[in-house]
Amino acid sequence: MHVEQISVFLENKAGRLCEVTRILAESGINIRALSLADTSDFGILRLIVNDNDKAREVLKERGFTVGKTEVVAVEVDDRPGGLHRILDILFRSNVNVEYMYAFVQQSGDNAVIIFRFDNPEEAVNILQKNGVTVIGGEKLYKM
Amino acid sequence: MIYNMEFETLPREALEAIQLRRLRATVERVNATVPFYRKRFREAGIVPADIQTLNDLQRLPFTTKIDLRDNYPFGMFAVPMDNVVRIHASSGTTGKPTVVGYTARDIETWAELMARSLSAGGASRGDIIHNAYGYGLFTGGLGIHYGAERLGASVIPISGGNTKRQVMIMKDFGPTILTCTPSYALHLAEVAADMGVDFADLRFKSGVFGAEPWSEAMREEIERKLHLTAVDIYGLSEVIGPGVSIECIEAKKGLHIFEDHFIAEVINPETGEVLPYGQMGELVFTSITKEAFPIIRYRTRDITSLNPEPCVCGRTLIRMNRVSGRTDDMLIIRGVNVFPSQIESVLMEIEGVEPHYQLVVDRVDNLDTLTVMVEVGERAFHDEVRVLQTLEKKITKNIKEFLGVSVKVTLVEPKTIARSEGKAMRVIDKRKL
Repeated sequence: MHVEQISVFLENKAGRLCEVTRILAESGINIRALSLADTSDFGILRLIVNDNDKAREVLKERGFTVGKTEVVAVEVDDRPGGLHRILDILFRSNVNVEYMYAFVQQSGDNAVIIFRFDNPEEAVNILQKNGVTVIGGEKLYKM
Repeated sequence: MIYNMEFETLPREALEAIQLRRLRATVERVNATVPFYRKRFREAGIVPADIQTLNDLQRLPFTTKIDLRDNYPFGMFAVPMDNVVRIHASSGTTGKPTVVGYTARDIETWAELMARSLSAGGASRGDIIHNAYGYGLFTGGLGIHYGAERLGASVIPISGGNTKRQVMIMKDFGPTILTCTPSYALHLAEVAADMGVDFADLRFKSGVFGAEPWSEAMREEIERKLHLTAVDIYGLSEVIGPGVSIECIEAKKGLHIFEDHFIAEVINPETGEVLPYGQMGELVFTSITKEAFPIIRYRTRDITSLNPEPCVCGRTLIRMNRVSGRTDDMLIIRGVNVFPSQIESVLMEIEGVEPHYQLVVDRVDNLDTLTVMVEVGERAFHDEVRVLQTLEKKITKNIKEFLGVSVKVTLVEPKTIARSEGKAMRVIDKRKL
């Protein structure tokens, strides 16, 4: 039930993010979700795209440092308290969220949130046991 | 003022006679007591008796920093440890420092040379010397200190750092002579200005500045901002420490070398051939009075030329011009010697870090800054900011621990470090001296 995310190291200088989006655009890769973490001198771009292998390949070819991480895509009720319910389950089970960000597309009437856990297996088990829908990569990339 | 009228104003022939006698004694002694020199002399087919004139010095092999490293820590000492009363050290090219030792008489010699230097820089008995060179393994602090005491001046052993407190002490104690690195002098001026203290209201007459490269432009700036006369001092621990040569306050044009203790040569760094006076090349020193750590034809890597013209101050000692560069890639950061290879060794020991780095040296608010740019490859990369920041901190901490210098570490994308002709440009020095 895992989703693959790629991450790209970016120096904090003009045009770097633009360079990544240009490379992806030229290779016909569609960005499905992204989050950018930044510090005063560098940034980390995390992406969910429709073709991870190809995205990694083209970015590496152009000299970027690219990493691959497993993340978990979770369906969240699109109403007040929807996200809180998920986080509450995780908190009670002592599962730490490293970071999270929203997916662009909805899954039916639900929002989709991408979670990065230290131990994704365990997190998926806990979420499913509590009746939370976890979306697999196959489905997500096509959404 | 000339501290030692006899030895600082010797006629050339008398000086050369003393040099030859002392050189022969030194060569004799290192041959007998230091296996490294004995082996080198034998390889060169030289015996001490071959040294008949000062020109015969040219027949002796050179000594380099690598030789000192190979004999780490005490292999170059010419006396038993029982007779060594002091040990100092400076940066080596890799992890290990260069170690030097002093007998009680060496300390006396050094104090004499530093007293001569401070005197040439305008100090005398009755002066108060604010000594902001670092005390410790570095020779700067203690070298000045012993010279100041020998001179009969009062010394404030303030050492480096804690600048605001230094300014307070300058205001309250009224020192008349300042000794520190030239960049620290400018930093003091700035901090004093921030604190509303004007150097014009302080009692400084002159300052003796060294341990890092500086220029005439910097001298003008220091003199203007600190309201004192600035002179240049030169030295290196391998030879003795500060006090190898000094500018006289009368001329401020080149540094008089204390030739009754050291013989200076300038060589072509490529061929090793000795160059005539006036030509630029690598400065080479032979010590002729030292006991614990005599050194034969030590290649300083400093580039300069020698000037034998008579000087208005009356000293007959030859002058070396301001050091204009180095033949190796050594950097001097706030008085600390740093070799890029040392930074590389630190990086290589950190898991996941590749040896793709670049050093950017700059001078911000008159203090040297060193930025280490490290390329992030796949092995070091991580999707969490925290992990990369921990890596930055670890590199900073390790460099501080191993080299004693504070740096800023910046992670950069691969291949951002310009490669020229396939070889990485390791150092960018933006300092405008």
